[in-house]
Amino acid sequence: MNKKYFKTLYILFKKELMSYFNSPIAYVFIGVFLVAGNWLFFKNFYLIGQASVREYFSLLPWIFLFLSPAITMRLWAEEKRSGTIEFLLTLPVSDWQVVLAKFLGALAFLSFSLLLTFTLPLSVSTLGNLDMGAVLGSYLGALFLGGSYLALGLFISSLTKNQIIAFILGLVACFFAFIIGADFVLVSSPQFLVPLMKFLGLGSHFYSIAKGVIDTKDIIYYSSFIFFFLWLNTKIIQTREWK
Amino acid sequence: MIEIKNLQKKIAGNIILDDISFSVKKGEILGFLGPNGAGKSTTMKIVTSFWNPSKGTVLVDDINVEKNSILTRKKIGYLPETVPLYDDMKVFEYLKFVAEIRDVPKNEIKKRIKEVVEETGLKKVLLKPIDELSKGYRQRVGLAQAIMHKPDILILDEPTTGLDPNQIAEIRDLIKKIGKEKTVIFSTHILSEVSATCDRAIIINNGKIVAEGNIEELMKKAGAREIIYVKIKGAKDEVLRKIKEMENVDHVEVKDKESDNIYGYEIKPQKNVDLRENLSSLVMNAGWSILEFRKEEMSLEDVFRNLTN
Repeated sequence: MNKKYFKTLYILFKKELMSYFNSPIAYVFIGVFLVAGNWLFFKNFYLIGQASVREYFSLLPWIFLFLSPAITMRLWAEEKRSGTIEFLLTLPVSDWQVVLAKFLGALAFLSFSLLLTFTLPLSVSTLGNLDMGAVLGSYLGALFLGGSYLALGLFISSLTKNQIIAFILGLVACFFAFIIGADFVLVSSPQFLVPLMKFLGLGSHFYSIAKGVIDTKDIIYYSSFIFFFLWLNTKIIQTREWK
Repeated sequence: MIEIKNLQKKIAGNIILDDISFSVKKGEILGFLGPNGAGKSTTMKIVTSFWNPSKGTVLVDDINVEKNSILTRKKIGYLPETVPLYDDMKVFEYLKFVAEIRDVPKNEIKKRIKEVVEETGLKKVLLKPIDELSKGYRQRVGLAQAIMHKPDILILDEPTTGLDPNQIAEIRDLIKKIGKEKTVIFSTHILSEVSATCDRAIIINNGKIVAEGNIEELMKKAGAREIIYVKIKGAKDEVLRKIKEMENVDHVEVKDKESDNIYGYEIKPQKNVDLRENLSSLVMNAGWSILEFRKEEMSLEDVFRNLTN
């Protein structure tokens, strides 16, 4: 039974992944992602004059902020608009499997794009002594942060059949989830809310991982964030009373 | 077998389906008739577990579609009205995905796809992206998808809309062929389709079943009566008077004129009485002659209009 469950999940996952590469979206996405990331990084790299990619990883959340909703916007909205959702959800698969497959497909795609950025630390490492441990930690952090954005964006996409709305709302939601724990927000917030906001913000957890410090607390936080929105997503899909 | 009991569906406070009950036996082709917006698609969406009912139950082979939907979905092949397909996939990719997700054993996938492609006539477009297909081919891909896993039950929501007459005939033949061993429900608002393919039909209007049965039963239910058309050579006024005086004649009128004393008459009997014998002896006795004689029936279109207005 379990084997069967994962087989179904895998078939759905393959279908999701295929839909990225069947359309030009994937290539445009990867192109923009790599060019924007590299350009923003190398713009200041020679000014700073340090063999470090920390600058890159502090840029990454902002690049992801735009690109994650771009990945997730069509995942549900397009199925609803074209009606394929009726086909998909009358197949012998559970709603949870479909949600999970969509998430994992998006995550795999994001991971693939992230993998292509590995040329960046590699080229920097030829210029000086790069702390590879920290780099790998940063990648892990980026993956968790990206996964959280994707889970949130996927959930938003399930609320509408309009991709543009899914994108904009996704962007706004990810933005708030990210900055809620940032210092400049905390300064102007009521004192008693500060610990809570710091805990809830996607950003505050990111910077500690990006420094290369992998804390189980952060991992658990990100995992629960992702799980929560996938669960919420499943609930929305189950009601079938979407717009 | 499908059993639908007291099905009700409310969407945003509007009652779309109001207490519908019927059952479909194994190996039966059921036509689901009704004007647009009557609740045909809604019923199908509930049977296929896309929507949940507000009230009532649907059993597929005695399994509840709400509680054990994964099991019932496996038994059903479904073609939604809008023929939703993944436009960015190629036909072959799509059919392969369907075969895999529908649990066709791995070593049989190629063979099965080949069979289905043969049956639905998709060979020519197998390598084309779906969004380049014509409406007819889309419909076929949709149908191929629905029969891929050899389901016991086939649910087709208006499978022939938008097709040309040849394609309609093909799809009908396919439905008939499949319906020999399997249960088929298909919806339509084209009546000739029902008489051409179905064993039985259900007419639904405003979320309620208004008639159910085979074609003859439906006709009866709609108050459809036989009309006799007869062409008689004889003096018009006298013919009219004498026929009117006959027993069980509800109405008679002149339908057409061939020459001075040859007229065609339309006779409506009261109830469903066969007037033909009496009529011919009347004509004989009066010394006229019958030049043409036929029974005319109320068309299905009239039945449909009678029942849904």
